[in-house]
Amino acid sequence: MGSPVPGAEGTPLAAASSTSPGLRPPTRRSTELFMLAFAAVLVTCALILVEANQERELSMQIVWLGLAYLGLLTVVHLAVRKWAPYADPVIMPCVALLNGLGLVMIHRIDLAMADVKYADGSTWSIAAPKQVLWTAIALVLFCTALKVLSDHRTLARYGYTFGLLGLFALVLPGVLPSFIAPEINGAKIWLSFGAFSIQPGEFAKILLMVFFAAFLVSKRDLFTIAGRRVLGLDLPRARDLGPLVAAWAVGVSIMVLQKDLGSSLLFFGIVLVLLYVATERAAWVVLGVVMFCVGAFAAWKLFGHVQIRVQNWLDPFADPYDRGHQILESLFGLGTGGLFGAGLGGGRPDEIPEANTDFITAVIGEELGFVGLSAVLLIYTVFALRGLRSALAVRDTFGKLLGGGLAFAVAFQIFIVVGGVTKLIPMTGITAPFLSYGGSSLLANYILAALLLRISNAARAPKTTPKPRPQQPAIADQFTVMVERPK
Amino acid sequence: MNTPLRRVGLAMMAMFLLLLGNATYVQVIKGDDYRKDPLNDRVILEQYSRERGQIIASDGTPLAAVQKTDDRLEYLRTYSNGPVFAPVTGYFSWIYGAGGMERAEDDLLNGSDDRLFTRRVSDLITGRDPKGGSLQLTIDAKLQQAAFDQLQSQDVTGTVVAIRPQTGEILAMASTPSYDPNVLASHDAEAQEEAWKAFDADPGKPTLNRAVHENYPPGSTFKLVVAAAALAEGKTKDSQVDGRPVITLPGTNTPLPNFNDTNCGNGVTATLEEALAKSCNTAFAVLANELGADKLRDQAAKFGIGEQDLTIPLSVVPSTLGPISDTPSLYQTGIGQKDVRVTPLANAMVAATIANGGVRMQPHLVGKILAPDLQTISETKPDEVDEAMDADQAAVLRDMMIASENNTSGGGKLRNVTIASKTGTAEHGEDVGSTNPHAWYVAFAPAEKPEIAIAVIVENGGQQGLSATGGRVAAPIGRAVIGAYLGGR
Repeated sequence: MGSPVPGAEGTPLAAASSTSPGLRPPTRRSTELFMLAFAAVLVTCALILVEANQERELSMQIVWLGLAYLGLLTVVHLAVRKWAPYADPVIMPCVALLNGLGLVMIHRIDLAMADVKYADGSTWSIAAPKQVLWTAIALVLFCTALKVLSDHRTLARYGYTFGLLGLFALVLPGVLPSFIAPEINGAKIWLSFGAFSIQPGEFAKILLMVFFAAFLVSKRDLFTIAGRRVLGLDLPRARDLGPLVAAWAVGVSIMVLQKDLGSSLLFFGIVLVLLYVATERAAWVVLGVVMFCVGAFAAWKLFGHVQIRVQNWLDPFADPYDRGHQILESLFGLGTGGLFGAGLGGGRPDEIPEANTDFITAVIGEELGFVGLSAVLLIYTVFALRGLRSALAVRDTFGKLLGGGLAFAVAFQIFIVVGGVTKLIPMTGITAPFLSYGGSSLLANYILAALLLRISNAARAPKTTPKPRPQQPAIADQFTVMVERPK
Repeated sequence: MNTPLRRVGLAMMAMFLLLLGNATYVQVIKGDDYRKDPLNDRVILEQYSRERGQIIASDGTPLAAVQKTDDRLEYLRTYSNGPVFAPVTGYFSWIYGAGGMERAEDDLLNGSDDRLFTRRVSDLITGRDPKGGSLQLTIDAKLQQAAFDQLQSQDVTGTVVAIRPQTGEILAMASTPSYDPNVLASHDAEAQEEAWKAFDADPGKPTLNRAVHENYPPGSTFKLVVAAAALAEGKTKDSQVDGRPVITLPGTNTPLPNFNDTNCGNGVTATLEEALAKSCNTAFAVLANELGADKLRDQAAKFGIGEQDLTIPLSVVPSTLGPISDTPSLYQTGIGQKDVRVTPLANAMVAATIANGGVRMQPHLVGKILAPDLQTISETKPDEVDEAMDADQAAVLRDMMIASENNTSGGGKLRNVTIASKTGTAEHGEDVGSTNPHAWYVAFAPAEKPEIAIAVIVENGGQQGLSATGGRVAAPIGRAVIGAYLGGR
């Protein structure tokens, strides 16, 4: 924090001094550290509750785990303090709380599944230690990203490279043979290397966002040229529809090749928002929504798995033991949790399928109730709004576009997953950022957080003042010299 | 670019509001429906995931325990010697709920009872106990077995209730035909369903605890109540009462005869003692009329007949004297017919109260409440409910009951023990003449220093049909049970 002027808070003097070039604006890093510590305490309390409710021994080990988490957060804090000192102070505490709560829930689900034996004789594989490892790797990646990327505008230079890479990563699992890209739960989005598997789509999401932001900023003027005017809307020229059609095609292909409805919806939504923000023209949104509806309707007509999802959404009780089972168990869990929940460790996450990935918010809703689920949603809201605020404040258009896109991506992803879990929209398999189990998702989202911090740092950092030129007296102050008229 | 960004922000807020609204709908408005949905097995799993407490007999014999299983329900409820103790333990089914003690003390057994609270640190945080508390009953396992064996060997539908007069502890509560609660606790849904349907369809009603969930006309055993009321009104055992072999109910042509139309005393009057010993109907019908309905009702209430909402902690159906709308009804009430209905437990309490010098104790089944670690949390203290009779009058009535016992036929008399008793042969049904009567026997022993009071009822005359009497059918069972208890030491 900057050095406060005693008794001058809020006075014109203080306001003036904060804008004067000599004084630096407060970094709020200590506030961030305090909030990170608070997040660590909350996470530790959550762990204690889980252990107590699961009748496990309450040992000092929990405190050590909590301190270890606080240690990791301190490292993050130091990295931010060093490499992005003016970054938004609220974003990382949100991430820390979500990530920590995710770890506790994943551990809690491990406990619930420990006794489960599957029909083929296999047992539940413990996920929490792996997720802890992923968290550590993600934090390293986060710090590295902050250090390496000292200015987000650098990314714009590699827009096309990122675009190609992203497209490649996105389509890869869909086209590779199934021994390396197995179909899991009907979706073909993983690359599997023995015990280790990644979801390239999670990274592709960010790579493509960078590409689109860079592309739209450089070609921005093209998209604002009006074409024909229909029903009061200025439609773009047909040839400018390229990017939108491309995004639509990619979205549809994800749906067809990988059967991943959630990702395709998320991807299409993000592109639409980027286009809208870049061009400031609602026509793109209308056009995009129409295209989405056409695509969705066609998909519903053509593909059985889409029809099943819609059917489960409309009436999960139609087939309660098989197809409707997932969403019903989710609803039962949420309903049983009620207003205040069954208590951490008091619910039945073993009843909910895919409890530690797609349905982790249902487990939270069951154990922490509506109150807890709302709290988690509000943390996401704060995260997304702080990201958006950074985008508003940053001065370069690329930063605005990328920051807005990243913030929207998180909010939209949460809308899709929680909306699916609570039967607001059809369920589509997608992870909850920072909460869900999965290394790829965690790594990608920490990179996303690093980018947002970088952008917010640029937004809040004082302008580097140009070197003062040598002082020259004003002309008016110059001596007037009578010059003798040449003869 | 900031204007569209702000609009995107609004869109984000709208999305979160939609999510919150929908979560409110799912969790708060529809929450109860989802929680109670039959397809949602969380509630039942929750019950089974905790180690349910034991039910043990007074000497520590386990009656109900749990066994760890590999299936989803985790713990299997097991009953040792199920049919013998089923009327007391009840059953614990994940499909049909619980019955008996399993139901009455469910909170304690499943660990959610407040009495178990704060015994562990984590209880403070979580508000529940990982294991249920245990129940130590007042039931004497050997006596219960003896009572069940007696009923079973006679192949009758009936019940035996035994009470310790000084404390109200219920020592035995057997009911036949019985059932095995183990099949209802089965984790195999089909086996459970099949058993439940079979029990339900069985005309013998095996799951009915006849001691407390059924009431019967008490017949002549009710004369104890009438005699107690008479003694309270200043009569003695030598007071003269009506001794005619048959009378006509006032205002009707309906005759009310003694058993086999026998004389009582000299055929005109008899002593109260003889009237009770010979169970003269005419004497007590007239006596009831002399006393009046109110005094009769008062005396009955002092014995606990008419008490509503009695729990031991099994709920007990109320016993009643009926409306007693006219004089003929009052006559019939005096001999325990018409609309008089008592549970076997209530009748046993009449005997126990007389045995205890007229002091009625609260009947109860729970001796101690134990923590999951079997430490005693609380012990049931004997609770005096009412003084039904003066001690002197109770002693008089006791002597009259000894005379009654001596006058009662039937087998199994005990040589070394003086029993004070009263039999009853209660008519019931639409057509009294062709419906087999219920056979009653209420008694306590040893008469000079009572240790046990019992009530036995055999429905519909047992194997003896129309010729059944309390003395012939119920008394041998009662005497054998008393003998098993007093000889058992």
